[in-house]
Amino acid sequence: MFNIDRWQEIFEAISKNKLRTFLTGVSVGSGIFILIILLGIASGFKNGTEHQFSRDASTLIEFWSNRTSKEYNGMNSGRRIKMDIYDYDIITKQYKDVLEYEAAGFSKGNLTTSYESESGTYRLVGTMPDRLFLENATLVAGRFLNQRDYEASLKVAVLGIPVAEDLFKEPESGIGKIISIGKIQYKVIGVFQDIGGERDEARIYLPHTTLTTLYNTTNSGSSFLFTLNPIANYDLALAQTEAFAKQVKEKLQKRHKVHPDDLTAIRYNNAVENSKDIYMLILGMNLFFWMIGILTLIAGIVGVGNIMLIIVKERTKEIGIRKALGAQPKAIVAMVLHEAIFITSISGMIGLLLGFVVLEIIGGQIQTEFILNPKVNFSIAISTVILLVISGAVAGYFPAKYASKIKPIIALRDE
Amino acid sequence: MLKYTNEQIAAMIAIQNLHKSYQIGSNSLPVLKGIDFNVKEGEMVSIMGSSGSGKSTLLNIIGILDEADEGSYHLDNIEVKNLNEKIAAKYRNKFLGFIFQSFNLINYKTAVDNVSLPLYYQGVSRKEREERALFYLEKVGLADWSKHLPSELSGGQKQRVAIARALASDPKVLLADEPTGALDTKTSYGVMELLQQINDEGKTLIIVTHEPDIAAMTKRNVELKDGLIIGDTIINQVRPQLHV
Repeated sequence: MFNIDRWQEIFEAISKNKLRTFLTGVSVGSGIFILIILLGIASGFKNGTEHQFSRDASTLIEFWSNRTSKEYNGMNSGRRIKMDIYDYDIITKQYKDVLEYEAAGFSKGNLTTSYESESGTYRLVGTMPDRLFLENATLVAGRFLNQRDYEASLKVAVLGIPVAEDLFKEPESGIGKIISIGKIQYKVIGVFQDIGGERDEARIYLPHTTLTTLYNTTNSGSSFLFTLNPIANYDLALAQTEAFAKQVKEKLQKRHKVHPDDLTAIRYNNAVENSKDIYMLILGMNLFFWMIGILTLIAGIVGVGNIMLIIVKERTKEIGIRKALGAQPKAIVAMVLHEAIFITSISGMIGLLLGFVVLEIIGGQIQTEFILNPKVNFSIAISTVILLVISGAVAGYFPAKYASKIKPIIALRDE
Repeated sequence: MLKYTNEQIAAMIAIQNLHKSYQIGSNSLPVLKGIDFNVKEGEMVSIMGSSGSGKSTLLNIIGILDEADEGSYHLDNIEVKNLNEKIAAKYRNKFLGFIFQSFNLINYKTAVDNVSLPLYYQGVSRKEREERALFYLEKVGLADWSKHLPSELSGGQKQRVAIARALASDPKVLLADEPTGALDTKTSYGVMELLQQINDEGKTLIIVTHEPDIAAMTKRNVELKDGLIIGDTIINQVRPQLHV
């Protein structure tokens, strides 16, 4: 109900009781402010953790090979096993329906990469289009390798951001430039960054076919990277990925005549196994910060209720006068609540705004790796303010109700 | 349903066999022990008595600020009994104007806003409230002080603002509890002169006081002792001699 007279009464009471208004506002505003900062830090902490622990896609299954450690079928141990593109084709064909992303990787080092007068030595990785998702990398400029690059063995390169910085100073300016790697020229088509850090970034991605053809190592050892179609349930995902990994391993062991119990020849890493810890850690942290948030909120509500009680006590005499002059009980309750809701909403919004501003300013300057991009979901923040205002009103209702029942004779008693 | 005597019908205030006691610890302290008291329209009555005689309690019951334990009270032929807060507030607003010893102005409101407060609770529009408040402020001689806060006014001026406020809702009866108790003699006489003038215009006034010279300025003197009326006399009203 919009009643201009009541608003005028409220504004008069507010403007004539600046200290009271100010103190109420500060306590509510600072409560909201602290809550926003806390929630912001919590989300930053969560982002930082996810970032720290997810260098690669969190469901990545990676296969690689090394020397055998067991004799088998008359062959000595110490034999070097090299997985090749045929292995890869067999696996991808057989598991076509369950694979989400797939890529083979073939690495080569010791070649100098140069552009004009700048040069350096970086790891070359021949790979396939899905690699971007498997590494959990993001493009800074240009594009990643595509199917055509791969099928036509084009001489194109995607550079990690430190590589691009070495060669071009401005990473973006490298797009379309021609670089040479070991006397062969490649066109730069993209620049990527990988939160896995230096190890995953100081490299150059080339089409798998280009690299293996150029260096005549078609059958040389590669690593295989897969993710399976995602399953929400952690236990099911784990079971499925483990079954997949074991089957592939057995198949590879058979093809390369490796003893079934050989631990070193064919190896794999299933990231799903470890993501349970991350999952639990993030869950735990979320719980922790929500607890702190809720406790802060409770403290805020109690604070508002307390202030309301004090305000009503302070205004007891005024309330008595108003009642003697003919104010009805509900007019008293409305007056106290209206003022309380008005002040808590305004100061809550100010605290909210300040919290956002401070998060925005500080968020960009935080250098630690554990806090990343501390932001608060706006709708959560707004609901927090609304919740605090409502609970402030509820907490204020009881003192207001009590005030409205004070007998004017008692309120007006001199001393 | 109710049967009135002729006297009661004419009376603005009709009280019969009124009892009131206060609970102090486990003891019950009787304050009013059977009051019969009628006030006709246009009267100016002073209630006197030593402290503890029950005069303020009687006034509070008349003012519907307090409730009697026993007996009947009719205000303008309406029985005041077991009223809920809402009705009590309505009656106070409509029928009664209060003047207190300690003025009881709202300290953060200007004189004109204090005076217009009873009208606010009647739902009168802001413009009309202001007009009427100014009219009554002028009546008490404080038109020039309308925008001042109570803290900027002298005691006498505060009481005049309070009187204007009591008049603002045009009540049937004005109730004054020691209206001059906090004022010096000269200022007291000024306030009493104003109250007499208001009575001259036909308003019913009941004034509680313990000062005989103040009581002498009313038209009828009721004396209370130990919760009973021991004297009720019509007196010749004394007009204060301010300029002597």
